[in-house]
Amino acid sequence: MSTEATSAAIGDKIRCDACPVMCYIKPGAAGACDRYANHDGQLVRVDPHIVLERTVEHGGRLVPFQSGGDWDGKLVHQPDVFVTAIGAGTTYPDYKPAPFIVSSEIDGVDMVTVVTEGIFSYCGVKVKIDTDRYLGPETATVRAQGEAVGHVTTSEYGSQMLSLGGVHHLTGGSKKEGRVTCDTLMDLSNCKPVELAIDGGATVVVQAGKAPIVNGIAEERMRVGCGSATIGMFAKQWHGKVDEVVVVDDHITGVLSEHQAGKLLDIADTGIKMKGRRSTPGRYFQVADPGTGWGGTNISDPLSILGPFNAREARPGLTMLMVSTTGEHSSYYELDEALRPVEREMPPDLKFSVERIQENCEPALCTVLFMGGAGGSLRAGVTDNPVRLTRSVKDALTRVTSGGAPVYVWPGGGITFMVDVTQMPAGAFGYVPTPALVAPIEFTMRLSDYAALGGYMDYVKPLASIRENAEIRPMPLVPGRRA
Amino acid sequence: MKRLPQISFLPDGKRLHLQDGPIDLIVEAKASANEVRAAYEAAARRFTGLLDELCEEIVELRQAADPVRTPLKGVVARRMHAAAAPFAATCFITPMAAVAGSVAEEILGAMTAAARLDRAYVNNGGDIALHLAGGEQFRVGLIDRPDREGLMRTMVIGADDPVRGIATSGRHGRSFSLGIADAVTVLAKTASQADAAATIIANAVDLPGHAAIVRLPANEIQPDSDLGARLVTREVGALSESEVELALEAGADCARFCVASGLIEGAALRLHGKTIVVEPRGAGNQPLHENRLEDLVHA
Repeated sequence: MSTEATSAAIGDKIRCDACPVMCYIKPGAAGACDRYANHDGQLVRVDPHIVLERTVEHGGRLVPFQSGGDWDGKLVHQPDVFVTAIGAGTTYPDYKPAPFIVSSEIDGVDMVTVVTEGIFSYCGVKVKIDTDRYLGPETATVRAQGEAVGHVTTSEYGSQMLSLGGVHHLTGGSKKEGRVTCDTLMDLSNCKPVELAIDGGATVVVQAGKAPIVNGIAEERMRVGCGSATIGMFAKQWHGKVDEVVVVDDHITGVLSEHQAGKLLDIADTGIKMKGRRSTPGRYFQVADPGTGWGGTNISDPLSILGPFNAREARPGLTMLMVSTTGEHSSYYELDEALRPVEREMPPDLKFSVERIQENCEPALCTVLFMGGAGGSLRAGVTDNPVRLTRSVKDALTRVTSGGAPVYVWPGGGITFMVDVTQMPAGAFGYVPTPALVAPIEFTMRLSDYAALGGYMDYVKPLASIRENAEIRPMPLVPGRRA
Repeated sequence: MKRLPQISFLPDGKRLHLQDGPIDLIVEAKASANEVRAAYEAAARRFTGLLDELCEEIVELRQAADPVRTPLKGVVARRMHAAAAPFAATCFITPMAAVAGSVAEEILGAMTAAARLDRAYVNNGGDIALHLAGGEQFRVGLIDRPDREGLMRTMVIGADDPVRGIATSGRHGRSFSLGIADAVTVLAKTASQADAAATIIANAVDLPGHAAIVRLPANEIQPDSDLGARLVTREVGALSESEVELALEAGADCARFCVASGLIEGAALRLHGKTIVVEPRGAGNQPLHENRLEDLVHA
């Protein structure tokens, strides 16, 4: 029978009538069963299967499952219902109900989804923070609540990458380190904000799908390009309106008059003298130290990266625009009689070009990819010959999803996957005190393929039977998640 | 219409899974196929409506138990009270402290009444009722970390042992604890007795007033908790080795008293990676004897 739980509100508490215990449940808390909870005044089912159904009658928006892609449409192309592993229970004996194995007939082809929740001691998150600001040196320790939870890894284009979690921090350190790491991973994976402090660097608040907050200041935009690229993109727009442009960038500062783009427009030499190390004409490395000032450098006065102008080419009245790679910082100067730059009000058409840089910068976001490996015991819950499941995944006969969201399965041994946490339903991640994360994982395949890889055919349930025993509800749209 | 519990087999095809509201049972019986089927049918029959039965007296079940009298009527409710009563004179305890063990006992009782079983167990979220006929035994594993393979220790319970109930209580479980124990596992003659005693001993593993322990009134978390405004443990911070020992020793004192009173057959108390085992004096043939103690401590 279906459990059509309803609730009555008493103050901020709600009363659940899913069973005769009739728990009063406070906001953010669960009832005695740990299955029903009060989420912002709404009774939600947190433990058992969450079945997604595409029914507009519910009036809710759904997390898309497998939209697009080249997957064989005969198997699971836009099914009406997809069973997620959230609340399926883990495969560890006698702790919780064992996983469900669901079969569904779609377009006459029997499909099997093995639904389980994996306990991942070997897991972590990769965080991409869109910012030019200096967050800290590569390999520096990243801390939450004072505990080491990961490290700074590479800088990518306009972004700083962090690698958090992993077995070393989860189980290799002190008990507190493990617990804090587990909390950090779970909060990040559930799209909650987490404050991270980087040794020798900045403090940053990270929340998947939201702008990073670096040292208390919300980042707005991602750089349009490096300083050199910015010169290349805007050289034509500056031509004839200003004599010199310097795009300040911690990585590659660009100088219009020396840059190839300027040369092509016959822009005259200006006698500018840059600090730092010249890479190629008009491109300079290390004009300052990294920091949270202009273009990811530590400077607040852009003139500090210039030497004296060369009197042979420079002339009084020469005009110069200095701008950062996001357009967030900009100043306009004219050389005085002594060839010293003096700040002046920026002409409107140069202001317009700075705004154009800003407009071309995408919103800065934090993105969080959960990464975990499906280990032996988890695979054993799916088939009596676990390695065949791995091979089946590699051969693309079996599709892996996490909470219904598409995953990237890393090539090589085992089933190591990554998933964008913003594509997963709210509250998809849990934990066990060991500490380890509990994440949903589903394997979907043809029924005949399931039999071939040694599946537990006797326990395959038709989808209809799950729908009778589980609550079917549309996934609520949580702000920041895609729908 | 009667609300039906969920009744199904686990994927191994041997164990029965029964779930209704907060009750979650794993059941397994060993006997001939016909006897097992009869036992499982009896379990499912008895389970249906059991939660409703308990909920009829839920208000009374959540009150502090009287050491002698009870107005409770239901057979499971009265068993819960009987298990809690020996502690009621000295501690705060409600019959709810023994709900899991008492339900497990009830289902096991229905099974053994309906069929001849070699052995059987009903595991209610870690509170377990056992049935053992002559010559049979159970190997019971204690796990430190459920995500890893390997047991911390295996105990053997034979038909000759008086133990027929095992229960575990601590601050990580679904119900609240007044103490700080990670886990207290108790062996007793019945599951209901083990359940009540595990609750009381886990409460006694404590460091009152310690700054690293975060406590909250139970009813601020669950408004209708039987513990009312009593402070329950939410978090335990760093403790020194001697503090861990002090807390465990406080719980062990309580456990020794329970053993001496004949309420339990033994207990293993665990906090921050350390374990103390309490068992009857000279208990060479008990499930938790001396060399196992060492294994536990060094695990």
